[in-house]
Amino acid sequence: MTAKVRGQDKPGRDRCGGVPRLAQVSGPNTNYDPVEVAALAPEAVEADVAAALSAVAAASDLEQLKAARLAHAGERSPLALANREIGALPPSAKAEAGKRVGQARGRVSQALAARQAELEAERDERILVEEAMDLTAVPARRPLGRRHVLTVTAERMADAMVGMGWEIAEGPGVEAEWFNFDALNFDKDHPARQMQDTFFVDPADAGLVLRTHTSPVQARSLLERGVPLYVAVPGKTFRTDELDATHTPVFHQLEGLAVDEGLTMAHLKGTLDRLAEAMFGEGIVSRLRPAYFPFTEPSAEMDFQCFVCRGEDAGCRTCGGTGWIEWGGCGMVNHNVLIACGVDPDRYQGFAFGMGVERTAMFRHGITDMREMIEGDVRFNAQFGMEI
Amino acid sequence: MRVPVDWLGEYVELPEDVTGEQIAADLVAVGLEEEGLHTSGVGGPLVVGRVLEKHPEPQKNGKVINWCQVDVGDANGSGEPQGIVCGAHNFEPGDLVAVILPGGVLPTPQGPLTISARKTYGHVSAGMICSVRELGIGDDHEGIIVLPRLLGADRVEQLGLTPGDDLVGVLGLDREVVEVNVTPDRGYCFSIRGIAREYSHSTGAPYRDPADLPVDPATDDGYAVELRDEHPRDGEVAGCDRYVARVVRGIDLTRQTPEWMARRLTEAGMRPIGLAVDVTNYVMLALGQPLHAFDLATLDGPIVVRRARAGERLRTLDDVDRELDPEDLLITCGPDGERVLALAGVMGGEDGEVTPGETTDVLIESAHFDARTVARTSRRHKLSSEAAKRFERGVDPAVTAAAAQLAVDLLVEHGGGTADPAITDRDERASTAMPSILLDLGMPTDYVGVDYSPERVVEVLRMIGCEVTPEDETLPGTVSVVPPTWRPDLTDAPTLVEEVARIDGYDKIPSVVPRATGGRGLTHAQRSRRAVAGALAGQGLQEVLTYPFVGATRFDELGLAADDPRRAALRLANPLSDEAPLMRTELLQTLPEVLRRNISRGSRDVALFEIDTVTLPDHSASAPVPDVGQRPDDATLEAIRAAVPGQPWHVAVVAAGLADRAGWWGSGRHVDVTDVAAWAHSVADTLGVRVRRRQAERAPFHPGRCVELTLDDGTTVGWAGELHPKVNQRLGLPERTSAAELDLEVLVRASDHRSQVTHLSTHPVAASDVALVVPLSARYGEVEESLRAGAGALLESIALFDVYVGDQIGDDQQSLAFRMHFRAPDRTLTTEEVNAARDAAVARAARDHGAVQR
Ligand SMILES: [Zn+2]
Repeated sequence: MTAKVRGQDKPGRDRCGGVPRLAQVSGPNTNYDPVEVAALAPEAVEADVAAALSAVAAASDLEQLKAARLAHAGERSPLALANREIGALPPSAKAEAGKRVGQARGRVSQALAARQAELEAERDERILVEEAMDLTAVPARRPLGRRHVLTVTAERMADAMVGMGWEIAEGPGVEAEWFNFDALNFDKDHPARQMQDTFFVDPADAGLVLRTHTSPVQARSLLERGVPLYVAVPGKTFRTDELDATHTPVFHQLEGLAVDEGLTMAHLKGTLDRLAEAMFGEGIVSRLRPAYFPFTEPSAEMDFQCFVCRGEDAGCRTCGGTGWIEWGGCGMVNHNVLIACGVDPDRYQGFAFGMGVERTAMFRHGITDMREMIEGDVRFNAQFGMEI
Repeated sequence: MRVPVDWLGEYVELPEDVTGEQIAADLVAVGLEEEGLHTSGVGGPLVVGRVLEKHPEPQKNGKVINWCQVDVGDANGSGEPQGIVCGAHNFEPGDLVAVILPGGVLPTPQGPLTISARKTYGHVSAGMICSVRELGIGDDHEGIIVLPRLLGADRVEQLGLTPGDDLVGVLGLDREVVEVNVTPDRGYCFSIRGIAREYSHSTGAPYRDPADLPVDPATDDGYAVELRDEHPRDGEVAGCDRYVARVVRGIDLTRQTPEWMARRLTEAGMRPIGLAVDVTNYVMLALGQPLHAFDLATLDGPIVVRRARAGERLRTLDDVDRELDPEDLLITCGPDGERVLALAGVMGGEDGEVTPGETTDVLIESAHFDARTVARTSRRHKLSSEAAKRFERGVDPAVTAAAAQLAVDLLVEHGGGTADPAITDRDERASTAMPSILLDLGMPTDYVGVDYSPERVVEVLRMIGCEVTPEDETLPGTVSVVPPTWRPDLTDAPTLVEEVARIDGYDKIPSVVPRATGGRGLTHAQRSRRAVAGALAGQGLQEVLTYPFVGATRFDELGLAADDPRRAALRLANPLSDEAPLMRTELLQTLPEVLRRNISRGSRDVALFEIDTVTLPDHSASAPVPDVGQRPDDATLEAIRAAVPGQPWHVAVVAAGLADRAGWWGSGRHVDVTDVAAWAHSVADTLGVRVRRRQAERAPFHPGRCVELTLDDGTTVGWAGELHPKVNQRLGLPERTSAAELDLEVLVRASDHRSQVTHLSTHPVAASDVALVVPLSARYGEVEESLRAGAGALLESIALFDVYVGDQIGDDQQSLAFRMHFRAPDRTLTTEEVNAARDAAVARAARDHGAVQR
């Protein structure tokens, strides 16, 4: 055996281990006289083998088997010693004795190997049993975080628009008054402008507001990108409402604007139907009701069909039995908006719509109190997956 | 607008058994929004009863109840007297009372109460004798209703009320009021006249215009009125183009407003005040024309309608003394209009008001004021009124004289006066017809996507009151449309298209998905934000949203220096709260509140992130606000865009409690500054942007535990660190709360390129460790950078794996152990090559930091 030496950077150490010294070895048979060696007698060899096999069989673990190997197959085992005696035999006897001892050692080493395999298998099995753990209690070492339901809802809505071939645009929350109102045909004296509950930037004549809707991005997109144009705009909007169960001063909308040749209210309806289906389930459609907005003409309020009762239950709590749920406003883009954005209204026409992301999320997920979406309680987030 | 159904039925034919609900649905179909339905809540049988016997029975509790026998005719099915227990005493046998029988329903604050026969005070009481309060028609609960006292003996006789007669109708308890929302373009729907017309459009029911009444002709000798607008609005529009003045003399204004009128006013949401005001309000509700009543005796000289003069003031009826603006239109009197009587179309002043008991002669003003003039005055003085609401949405200029006539008629009838035959009607309208609109008859189809025949288009337009005449042959397929006077909102062809679409029905519009032109979908920035949010959530952080409003005290709490530029935040003129009038300049100004809220609600291990915009401070530009209906020139557009402050997207994180939770698996680990620094790094890694670290001092962070992240070119990306102990204390956050804030805009811009790969070497890697003794002041990151720079291109990676401070080196020294991995793209490195690279790295560190290999 050689001792293993770690590292090659310690050259001073002896690289070779000593060979164990062997005692009681018969001297070399130099005179070719027949010599009787008792240890090589068939009976003696057989007895050695028997002893070895019985020791191997008796070994009940790998440790005992190791001891048995040392004792019966090691360098100082009877068979190994007997093997050395072969040299003492006359040449004529060497072959036979050699064969005998060789076979004997082969039988012993086979038995050892077999037992080794058996005991290793037992040990491996035992270790697996011993290593068993109870994992039925949640090991919440580093729980997963979550996205917010409003951002994920807005993303889902945007993705539905992308699926229809639209692009996603965005614009600033602190917005020029002109983009928020005048570009959208809300003139300064119009009652609709007063009804918007607008946050104004100080001083009040700075011409800046917190946008009251995502619609200013309509004007920005038309001015910057021109026509034909199909853009959807998710974003944050502001009104001077105090926070309660159904109002929040900061909320989110998804705006849609399509301007192209030949677009009609039927295309508006088709787009809303697709979006309603994407958000509330297969077969859910939208409904239009006449309304008024300065930046659309004709204008409409849009509802989506109640996805709980589909209009079949007069006692439905989700829709109050009407079968429809208000979603937002829409209409054909007003000529004045197209003109303000440098688009020829005689050639192009388009439609626009805007709906609340909060409202969409509330109905999708049965959220009844706006505040739960606003407060940021992590227990609220935990009710959702990363995809909703 | 609240619409009493019986009033509506006076102007448009309603089906016999129509319900308020059906009326609301019909109105919704043509564009009015249902706001609510108001009913009495009383359900019959509620009948006339005659008290036959009344037996007072004292009770043990000291109360005296009356055991009564009441004749209710055949209403109870038997014709026998009904036994009823009654706690009130204000009646005698023989009185006619109101009896609700078992099965009837009364409204209560707890909801509808169904009456049944019940045992009480030793009798079976089969019904109730009702008070006005129980029926919801008054507040008086002193006693039960005795019908001749409530209705008047004459009326009871006139109605011939006898026991068993139904009272639900007599007491008006079957009345319903439909409440609808009127959109800002439909001023005419702020009248029963307008609503009735819309109902007729929706259902086809015959309509009778209440303004179609005999009007006395104007004369030359009426009360002098001068329309003297010397400063027309926007230089061209007169503030008043029609003024009708009617005089009624000898009225007794102490007379009661008739019960039917008072009830209609109440149902429409107005409080009856006195005959003169009630009549003007009634006419306003009926016809949509606001009126004003002046005490004739207090007027001297002509009525002059003029703009305000500098320095003029008026105390309006809401008792506010107002400084007038030269654009305000006034009603005045006197040769020079020196006495200011009212803000035209908005509100009157005390001078000239009618006073019941004193006033006997009244001048009724019915005028047509410019919508914008009224809107601006109302807005300027923050003074809204029923009159202003109507004028600013547009009042029918053709209804002026009829409205005055109706008011005169009602005053004469119910106040006992006589109408002056002298009548003023100053009509200075340029034209009595509305401007005509050219309409291509194919346009409704092109716009709406429904195939409307030209005949149908014309039919609808005529139905809503338009005059439609064909244009000459040069324009085939077009018509000239003159809208009715009550529709000032019909100004161009698309507004006519909407009329066709809504009257024909929006439900007929088909559903067609347009074929969009296709495009890029999401932008790189949008996808980047999603990826960052996903990465942070994946590492255990919770996404939250906060309001962007902050106050200066928050800057103090965060320890911002007095001259910190982040304090110069954009200010709102009308914040929700004076405590928070500013727009945050960093997310960490609002995000920590949510952490505190979560902790106060019992969540202890909380890591939050927010992705949103902030508003850059130090903004002063003003944006021009050009008028509607035209494209501003490029310079103006540029000025508008440039005045909008920068609002970059940021991402911020804040965390407290355990990063690794404790549990049955073992102990936990407190979140610390290395976690937030790692999260900040992960944001950059998510976007594939290499960032450098630099020790930094910056509020609100711990001065010794803050790192600045920069791009390779030194551009600041943001900061991560432990919050300053004082900040945590002031914000009520746990000790060691840590946070980070990065400018996503910078990272997104830096990441907006296609990453290019390098070929992966499969040759073996060689490791080499070095321990360097450097001064305590040397920064890990800087030593690492020196090693990296010195090692050259063969260095694959480097990591600081141990730091030693102690006895074996000097007091002002530290030993940093780095593991370096080397690999070549094309060969196996020899020991000599590795050693040479390592030695070069160490030499560079020695030069930069005085590092000595240990
Ligand atoms: Zn439903």
